[in-house]
Amino acid sequence: MTSDKRAGYWKANLTLLVVLLTIWFVVSFGFGILLVEPLNAFSLGGYKLGFWFAQQGSIYTFVVLIFVYAFLMNRLDKRYDVHEE
Amino acid sequence: MDLQTITYIIVGATFALYIGIAIWARAASTGEFYVAGKGIHPVANGMATAADWMSAASFISMAGLIAFQGYDASVYLMGWTGGYVLLALLLAPYLRKFGKFTVPQFIGDRYYSQTARVVAVICLIIISVTYVIGQMRGVGVAFGRFLEVSFEVGVFVGMGIVFIYAVLGGMKGITYTQIAQYVVLIFAYTVPAIFISLQITGNPLPQLGLGGTVTDGSGMYLLDKLDLIVQDLGFAAYTAQSSTTLNLFLLTMSLMIGTAGLPHVIIRFFTVPKVKDARSSAGWALVFIAILYTTAPAVGAMARLNLIETVQTGPVGEQTANVEIAQLPDWMVRWQATGLLDWEDKNNDGRLQYYNDKNPEMVEKAQAWGWEGNELTKVDRDIMVLANPEIAGLPNWVIALVVAGGLAAALSTAAGLLLAISSAISHDLLKGVLMPKLSEKAELLAGRIAMAGAIALAGWLGINPPGFAAEVVALAFGLAAASIFPALMMGIFSKRANSAGAIAGMIAGLISTLVYIFWFKGWFFLPGTAMAENIPANWFLGISPEAFGAVGALVNFTVVIIVSKLTAPPPEHIQHLVEDIRVPGGARQPIDH
Repeated sequence: MTSDKRAGYWKANLTLLVVLLTIWFVVSFGFGILLVEPLNAFSLGGYKLGFWFAQQGSIYTFVVLIFVYAFLMNRLDKRYDVHEE
Repeated sequence: MDLQTITYIIVGATFALYIGIAIWARAASTGEFYVAGKGIHPVANGMATAADWMSAASFISMAGLIAFQGYDASVYLMGWTGGYVLLALLLAPYLRKFGKFTVPQFIGDRYYSQTARVVAVICLIIISVTYVIGQMRGVGVAFGRFLEVSFEVGVFVGMGIVFIYAVLGGMKGITYTQIAQYVVLIFAYTVPAIFISLQITGNPLPQLGLGGTVTDGSGMYLLDKLDLIVQDLGFAAYTAQSSTTLNLFLLTMSLMIGTAGLPHVIIRFFTVPKVKDARSSAGWALVFIAILYTTAPAVGAMARLNLIETVQTGPVGEQTANVEIAQLPDWMVRWQATGLLDWEDKNNDGRLQYYNDKNPEMVEKAQAWGWEGNELTKVDRDIMVLANPEIAGLPNWVIALVVAGGLAAALSTAAGLLLAISSAISHDLLKGVLMPKLSEKAELLAGRIAMAGAIALAGWLGINPPGFAAEVVALAFGLAAASIFPALMMGIFSKRANSAGAIAGMIAGLISTLVYIFWFKGWFFLPGTAMAENIPANWFLGISPEAFGAVGALVNFTVVIIVSKLTAPPPEHIQHLVEDIRVPGGARQPIDH
């Protein structure tokens, strides 16, 4: 594998990490902690929205994030032809 | 049949099941004994990881903390699940590609240094022992209630059983046993939650019930009702924030990066067949963990409501609205035997008053009603999950099931950690570094002695623990965050990080966090040796000892970067190694340079 290709693969990987970790940060630290007060002005059924993100929503998002990561990385592996046999 | 008999039968049956599976699986595949997970589907591996990971802190303790801290306890929910995202994205696939078996081995190889390996072993031992202390507290609570003995006797019984369990050894390594443990554990957690959610809200799904309305005819939302009731008794509103934002932020961060730095969790991703599986395995583990973690908030809120309504049967302040002490329910009498629940009729009115007597406004009101202080003098938070089905009046088999689930959670994790400690001491430290000529037999013996020593130490400290089970476990995560995680992450994402940097970073992160914890919790957790009272006013910038791991991690990262910059870069072959682990394909093939 050429070092150009290697660098391209790694850069694509890092870009994906930055996007997914931004979402990770926003739903937990953002919505669940830093913005909990303003979000609590809204509600989701009997849940105040900020409280919901802190105790439910962030966890659901985490699960989705890992599967999205696994899917996109497997695709990236194929595109750069570095997937395992 | 009485509760005691049913409990013995159910606990006995589940233990027989684990041992039976262990024997069956052992006979079926002796060769795969040490490589559990290899050739096992990622879904099964995820389930086993979830059982391994969810301990007494998750099962017994967390919902109790949520019940009493409300919103503030969200940190445990987000922290202990969000860490899996970091693990899946930043560590698992690369460590799998690297293909070694233990964390100290990776650190020793990546930083081309035996010293780095020894430092990693020391970090691992300190983290694991702290973690086991938390488990011993959970085990003590569960056995105390199960055998109807005091908490201290419960801890001693637990120490004995954990030792036998851990010495059986291989049992823990067998993925099928862990799958059985997960099934028992999750069944035991969700069945009572579904019953209670149905009772209180009419909705069988606790996740929806918590956001639903109560069935008492008022049409109020459950959380609104809870907010109202706790405030009537002078407590802070359930859904409101009490701790500072900075502390909540750092505690969540500390738990997240601690999760990704825990040696016994990381190890699970070393053994999956492919890099691809390492990625999805973490996702499946989190799915199975999330089932418990999204149920826990409902368990906590409903337990708090049930507890208050047991004591406060009518409008606050009305003379007959408090339960008569002669009429207290059986569960309270049973739990009193463990010493973890207690009451005192301070105003001799024959009734029990439970309110916040630290709130001056409330005290004033209470005095007018003839109340002379909170009479529910002790409600240990760690009893809430185990007592919950009794409080709700659920059938005896459900109560017994919860005891079995709590024991499964505590014992499986404690045994796993003890194995990690014993292999770190006997294999990594003695055989790997200090005494390379150690015979296999002597190595095994050293491992057993280390295990017995760790149990004795953890049990002794577990009797006077530095906090509730989940809080002690949080300290262990802080230590993992401050020591192991930065070394692993820099090892993958920076080609420039060298041995001097990693060693200095791990030591700086570990020592700063450890000293901060000991300062407020007592040196080596010995009661009475704390340098300052553990209250927010004394904390540095209001950061609690549990949350300090995030600061320690920051110290660690900073030291690694600065020291690595000032010293020589790692040798060329190490830089190639780093490039190699970043790409999944071509494992075990020579690098093309």
